[in-house]
Amino acid sequence: MSSTSTTAAGRAAVPGRLAAPAPGTRILRSGNRPGEAVVRVLLRLAAFLSVAITVGIVLSLLGPALDFFSEVSVVEFLTGTRWTPRFADASYGVLPLVTATAWTTLIAIAVAVPFGLGSAIYLSEYAPDRVRRILKPVLELLAGVPTVVFGYFALTWFAPTVLQRFLSLEVGPFSILSAGAVMGVMIIPTVASLSEDAMSAVPNALRQGSAALGANRMQTSLRVVFPAAFSGIVAAIVLGISRAVGETMIVTIAGGQLVQMVSSPLQQGATMTTFIANAALGDSRVGSLEYNTLFAVGLLLFFLTLIVNLVAIQLVRRFRQEY
Amino acid sequence: MTTEPTVHDAIEMELVQKHASRPEVPETPTPVIQVEDVSVFYDDYQAVRDVTLDIGHNEITALIGPSGCGKSTILRSLNRMNDLIRGARVTGAIRYWGQDMYEPGVDPIEVRRRIGMVFQKPNPFPKSIYDNIAYGPRVTGMKVDDMDAHVERALTRAALWDEVKDKLKQSAYGLSGGQQQRLCIARTIAVEPDVILMDEPCASLDPIATLRIEELMAELRDLYTIVIVTHNMQQAARVADRTAFFTAAIDPQTGERHGELVEFDKTTTIFERPADPRTEGYISGRFG
Repeated sequence: MSSTSTTAAGRAAVPGRLAAPAPGTRILRSGNRPGEAVVRVLLRLAAFLSVAITVGIVLSLLGPALDFFSEVSVVEFLTGTRWTPRFADASYGVLPLVTATAWTTLIAIAVAVPFGLGSAIYLSEYAPDRVRRILKPVLELLAGVPTVVFGYFALTWFAPTVLQRFLSLEVGPFSILSAGAVMGVMIIPTVASLSEDAMSAVPNALRQGSAALGANRMQTSLRVVFPAAFSGIVAAIVLGISRAVGETMIVTIAGGQLVQMVSSPLQQGATMTTFIANAALGDSRVGSLEYNTLFAVGLLLFFLTLIVNLVAIQLVRRFRQEY
Repeated sequence: MTTEPTVHDAIEMELVQKHASRPEVPETPTPVIQVEDVSVFYDDYQAVRDVTLDIGHNEITALIGPSGCGKSTILRSLNRMNDLIRGARVTGAIRYWGQDMYEPGVDPIEVRRRIGMVFQKPNPFPKSIYDNIAYGPRVTGMKVDDMDAHVERALTRAALWDEVKDKLKQSAYGLSGGQQQRLCIARTIAVEPDVILMDEPCASLDPIATLRIEELMAELRDLYTIVIVTHNMQQAARVADRTAFFTAAIDPQTGERHGELVEFDKTTTIFERPADPRTEGYISGRFG
């Protein structure tokens, strides 16, 4: 084409090109898209629903719990060492349940953290791709085993065979140690999988930088990758703690029903969740003080997990790394 | 009133003197690293073939060439960083002061302690500036009497000390890209290597930061042997004593692309009187 004209008319002559509109015409269609608005409302509903349900749960706990605290003082509840709501001379000190929960949680974490982090470091830093691709899903499968199975596993194999026969410990069929340790096994995949995600997310450039300085793989893993992934690892451990505090089936089956101040893991003991599970199956009359204890313990459990999570959020924020 | 000379002053003096007394680039290098008939494979694919060149002591050697010519691959084989890539394999011999660094029994970690590497994108650790520098000496078990002085010395040599001396305990991520790259150079210097490999160290930096790194390289040349991969021909012309030009050629039988070394000579020769027409074509901007 020899023409160098740049007028609208000149351009319009080129096939396939839009003719210039007459001055003053509105080409861009006006209009809104109703579908977009509907989708936004639905998504917002979904987001707010979970918040609303949480608030609802707290409120439903709050009513009966307040009834309870109108008859029993908060101080007596939190500091008392006798928990006998069904006895004639009822006593409402929650500490026996709290000590049992604290012990089982502590033991579970003591099992889950070393094994969980060990397998995370192996999977992320050492395992060949092929091994990782097989091992990680298998590990996550462990998280899908129903907890009632873990409970029976603790009761019928771990306590008699491992604790009594192999380790020759002075424990009965029910013990805090047996329940806590098996709960730890249950939590391993949670800790391992989330920690592995956090460590895999650390850029390879950092590993190469470390290797180029003459660091070996263990040094790189522990001194560069681990600290860089620390916030994710904290989150993984805290999720593990939350699960341990709230876990019900394993402790109910394998931890025993005896309500007592737990001072040794070889004892048996009822945790907060054990008590709630049992009491909920019982025949307490709605509105009675005994019935209301359920909600008081439930509220305490809720606050404990809330505190753990708040601490976790702070830790995660404090150690978060931008690469 | 005179003040006590600082480490910084001492090193600056040393560099100035050495620079002034720097002789012409010798005709043949005194080799620190000898690359002999080296090919690098990724699984069955031969990425670069039959490279032979000598890295001269206390010289800056630049590896240039178009993308995919194997220059970075060769660089990474000079301190066995290729070991970290699954399926990577090196044939031929790479000698460090005469010893084959790929012979059985040689510890790759020991190789990397002596032959450090600076990467394309600055990769400081998520630690404080101080800990970034101290990391190498700590993990390699170097005997350092006074770590504070050691850190100061490394940062001074990397021309970063004055900018960071008041915030050594702060995160390295607060630094600019150019500062981060000089931190990475300081970190490498801190393990007292013999050779520093740089893989396009200025690729992610702005022109001013790039110039500072180039100045730094010119200063460091008297203390270390430097090998730099660069896409920037002006950079090679400005800093390098010797230049190796690589290109990618298509094998007529298999149709696969392989990197190969075209020409290796003094930088002035490569840029003024290249022997190979492909070199001339590349540096005059006709291809690549």
